[in-house]
Amino acid sequence: MNKLTATERRALIHHKNRPTVSDYIPVIFNNFLELHGDRHFGDDHAIIGGIATLNSVPVTILAQVKGRNIEENKRTNFSMPHPEGYRKALRLAKEAEKFHRPVICLVDTPGAFCGIEAEKRGQGEAIARNLMEFMTLRTPVVSVILGEGGSGGALALAVCDELAMLENALYSIISPRGFASILWKDPGREKEACELMKITAEDLLSFGVCDKIISEAAGGAQNDMKLTASNIGEYLSEAISRISKTDIDIMLENRYNKFRKIGMFEE
Amino acid sequence: MLEDLFKVVKARFNEETAGKSDDSGENVSIPQDLLFKCPRCGTVAYMEDFEKNRRVCASCNYHARLKWQDRLNMTADADSFTEFDSGMTSKNPIDFPDYEKKIREMQQKCDIKDAVITGECHIHGYRCCIGIMDSNFMMASMGSVVGEKITRLFEYATEQKLPVILFTASGGARMQEGIVALMQMAKTSGAIARHSQAGQLYITVLTDPTTGGVNASFASLGDIIIAEPKVLVGFAGRRVIQDTIRQQLPDDFQTAEFMLENGFADMIVERTMMRRTLARIMKLHNYEKERPTAQAQK
Repeated sequence: MNKLTATERRALIHHKNRPTVSDYIPVIFNNFLELHGDRHFGDDHAIIGGIATLNSVPVTILAQVKGRNIEENKRTNFSMPHPEGYRKALRLAKEAEKFHRPVICLVDTPGAFCGIEAEKRGQGEAIARNLMEFMTLRTPVVSVILGEGGSGGALALAVCDELAMLENALYSIISPRGFASILWKDPGREKEACELMKITAEDLLSFGVCDKIISEAAGGAQNDMKLTASNIGEYLSEAISRISKTDIDIMLENRYNKFRKIGMFEE
Repeated sequence: MLEDLFKVVKARFNEETAGKSDDSGENVSIPQDLLFKCPRCGTVAYMEDFEKNRRVCASCNYHARLKWQDRLNMTADADSFTEFDSGMTSKNPIDFPDYEKKIREMQQKCDIKDAVITGECHIHGYRCCIGIMDSNFMMASMGSVVGEKITRLFEYATEQKLPVILFTASGGARMQEGIVALMQMAKTSGAIARHSQAGQLYITVLTDPTTGGVNASFASLGDIIIAEPKVLVGFAGRRVIQDTIRQQLPDDFQTAEFMLENGFADMIVERTMMRRTLARIMKLHNYEKERPTAQAQK
């Protein structure tokens, strides 16, 4: 199979028929019970959360929701969460910890929302809090990047024991357009940025950020959602059962070291 | 986000001052080394007076940016500072063109290897770990070196049972290091979690500007969060927000005062009161004074 470039993969994850969590959740999980609200401000539709079973094992799901049409996207704010979305995720993660239930994060966002209200309610604080709390959450956490992993808005659901990416998913510090705009003052060079930034699943595997690449259907997930869903489900079952067997303190040490060792410097 | 932020801040200041001081539309150029023009209120002062006033605008109380040397000298007790990891320098994770060259230039300009200096010192006799970010170095963006040095500082403080004080300033994660820079947000937050679980105190001092990925990681995680007056603090750049929502932003948006008002800072503290406030907080958290109160370096 020919390897796709980052730009080609980007076209695939923006494909209008790219499956979203709304497609995947009913196929991968059973008995999904959605839970709402951050208990402080409101309920953010950009992140849904709840409890479901995966092979009869209860798990907590936290998922960023891309809309499949304009109506859905209005409701989910194009999957750009506000602080209350991250706080809802943290509340449900804490609830999962209390009941020793594994947490599965499904990541698919261009980034955290940038706006007046988001700033007023502490977007930075909400993301920071998740990074800190997920690092020490005493229950297994597995994250899967389904499409776009946009910067801090994605990372807030990706501090985990294991990170998997769908074959065509991308995970980056900023959008290629933003990168070109900031570093070259020329948003028109976004394609060049896209190739330079090293944002494909394979790149991230080489950095030790991604631990596993999940195959999509040939030509992209949109060609066979059920097959892609079954690949995701298979990976999640295996990973959750493996990580759940690890002693919790060792698991937390491993999680800390997963991030601790990332950095390229000399002294 | 960094260069971007520069532009945003500059544009914003120009906007704010345009109507006030320069109706003729003529650009009066100010010799940079003799005069200081406040980016907040537009007041012009002699550089000498401004420096004497610890780089605080006498007219509007804006607390301007400091070089790391000045911050260290006005914060630590004389001769008490020991630096950690002074030689650490960044590699080029995504082979960004000319990144090494840029780093070398900055190192010469700022007399530091990357955007943060870390170590331990005494403040009014209280022993603590300290980190100072310098916005002159690539807008104090966080890459591998900033992430690693701050992580090591917290790990050392956890082991030695010491409080940590960070003076934050940053345009965010360092774009030139790609995803590796983003991961430093998680890495530093993890080290803070352990320091916190070990029952140790972390004080954040937000200085101008603290934004982006630093705002969304260690700058927001202090047990106590202090801000200097009038500094810029926020997650997203002003222009990014303006482009997203297409409306004008309020003047006090993303200032220290805005953070206090919205519940994301504990207090605003003037530069002249900073040392004593930090010492007082350490005392109230039952840290022992190890030495008699000494003068600051400067």
